[in-house]
Amino acid sequence: MSAVFSPISQGNPIYRARKRKNQILMGVSLAMLVYGLIWLVWIIATLLWEGASALRPSLLTEMTPPPGGKGGLANAIYGSLLMVGAGTVIGTPIGILAGTYLAEFGRGAWLASATRFLNDMLLSAPSIIIGLFVYTVYVAQVKHFSGWAGAFALALIVIPVVVRTTDDMLKLVPNSVREAAIALGCPMWKMVTMVCYRAARAGIMTGVLLAVARVSGETAPLLFTALNNQFFSNNMNAPMANLPVVIFQFAMSPYEDWQRLAWGGAALITAAVLLLNIVARYILSRSK
Amino acid sequence: MNTATLPISETRKPVESKITTLPPAPRERSGAAFADALFAGITRLAALLVFSLLAAIMFSLVAGSGMSIMHFGPAFLWNSEWDPVQQNFGALVPIIGTLVTALIAMVIAVPVSFGIALFLTELSPKWLKRPLGTAIELLAAIPSIIYGMWGLFVFAPLFSQYVQPLFIKTFGAIPGVGLLFGGPPMGIGMFTAGLILSIMVIPFVTAVMRDVFDLVPPMLKESAYGLGGTTWEVMYQVVLPYTKVGVVGGVMLGLGRALGETMAVTFVIGNAHQLSPSIFAPGNSIASALANEFTEAVGDLYTSALIELGLILFLITVVVLGFSKWMLSRLARQEGARA
Repeated sequence: MSAVFSPISQGNPIYRARKRKNQILMGVSLAMLVYGLIWLVWIIATLLWEGASALRPSLLTEMTPPPGGKGGLANAIYGSLLMVGAGTVIGTPIGILAGTYLAEFGRGAWLASATRFLNDMLLSAPSIIIGLFVYTVYVAQVKHFSGWAGAFALALIVIPVVVRTTDDMLKLVPNSVREAAIALGCPMWKMVTMVCYRAARAGIMTGVLLAVARVSGETAPLLFTALNNQFFSNNMNAPMANLPVVIFQFAMSPYEDWQRLAWGGAALITAAVLLLNIVARYILSRSK
Repeated sequence: MNTATLPISETRKPVESKITTLPPAPRERSGAAFADALFAGITRLAALLVFSLLAAIMFSLVAGSGMSIMHFGPAFLWNSEWDPVQQNFGALVPIIGTLVTALIAMVIAVPVSFGIALFLTELSPKWLKRPLGTAIELLAAIPSIIYGMWGLFVFAPLFSQYVQPLFIKTFGAIPGVGLLFGGPPMGIGMFTAGLILSIMVIPFVTAVMRDVFDLVPPMLKESAYGLGGTTWEVMYQVVLPYTKVGVVGGVMLGLGRALGETMAVTFVIGNAHQLSPSIFAPGNSIASALANEFTEAVGDLYTSALIELGLILFLITVVVLGFSKWMLSRLARQEGARA
């Protein structure tokens, strides 16, 4: 990188020692990268290997079985889709609006800087705490676990992700665009919704997709809210089966066939989450 | 003008006449002003909701743990008993488990993240930067429960068979240090939990380090290289001091993540309510105790004690994450002052 070829440096032991040290440490740096990548490859390879033997059509069409029985994960997949969908539908508008306030209306306001600070903490706050929160304010009050409680908990995880990306992406919209809209006599709300949103659309979409990806694998907040259900259920007011909690329960069980189903579910969920991540990145990179 | 018959001026004429009537009717204007105020109000309301969420979480946890706080008092923090039958609960074991696993995670994750960030900012060829960066970020995308399952079924058996006996044989006989590696090689335990946590926080710490390393003015690095510094010397003596605050912020962010991680830890920590000097022994963390026991907790005091555990975890992570955010904003401000 920074080799200096001068006659003095050739035979200089101090210089040689420095160069040696540099080479060793750069090697270590490369080794660290390889170390990080090995885990990724190892985990994905395991999922492919274990998941392949569990993936069959019955996984998608049959209900979760009792131990020893035959079955699939249909009710859990359906419940997960329902709750992730509801959580996203509840969380996204709130997140986008709050992000809009931060980037467009709250410039310089104390509420904006304070909200930005608190939102960043929410973003990294333990998701199990979100589950506890929804348990105490909702589940404990209505006295039963329910799909809605799960959806609320997921919405609370969606919100900070969407707030952050909306804020960041709107800040990337050049001010000259805003000024041009205002100069044409455009009211603020129209400027934000029809000019800024349009300019930042790809970025905001990416944020929503990443939020969906994050939420689809979340287990901890669902444990105390949606709980689980052995049967197919459309009722969001009752405990509801969902993929992550079923995986947790089946993987921790001593039954071989349950563990097999858990691997199938794990492979499905990881494939969906990684796919969402890659699509989100693709959308963002294409818009740049 | 004579040219009035030309098509150009004909098209211009109606425009001029429109300009003379431009001031819109007052009702329209107030309509727009109302719509503006409404839209700004709605966005402010959404922001207020996000703003109050953290306080609401804190309040609900305090309210939910009220019974346990009244019953056990501050002694809850250093009581090592956890006995649902006798209704005697203390948080010492899960608190220590949480701190020890997070500490192990950071000891492994910080140097690894630094190495990866160094490679990606200084050594990597340009065309490899994006794919490698994305691959590391995908480590953060894999759901926590997958790490847990993989850790329990794939990693732990291999670890107990090949690596742990080696450790126990090498260090177990040394007085003092040997205690850290005591016990049978079970595969699961505090160390395995910490190791898996470290893999999970590497992408977060790396991302912050990369971001702050990119903030260093190229001129600064170029002058150091120009003086004959090696890549390592530039990194260690120029880039790192310049971005110190941001690096600490990134490490704290990783720590905040590691403290509250639930599912991965629940699978591999062993869920034993015991204190042991050995890092290979099974233990318990706050998050894993909650995940395992909460839905099966019988009685209000048991539930309340678990919520108090949650409150403790929440307070620890809020302090750590707040500190992280403060450090990162200090770097941003220092950057702004220099620009």
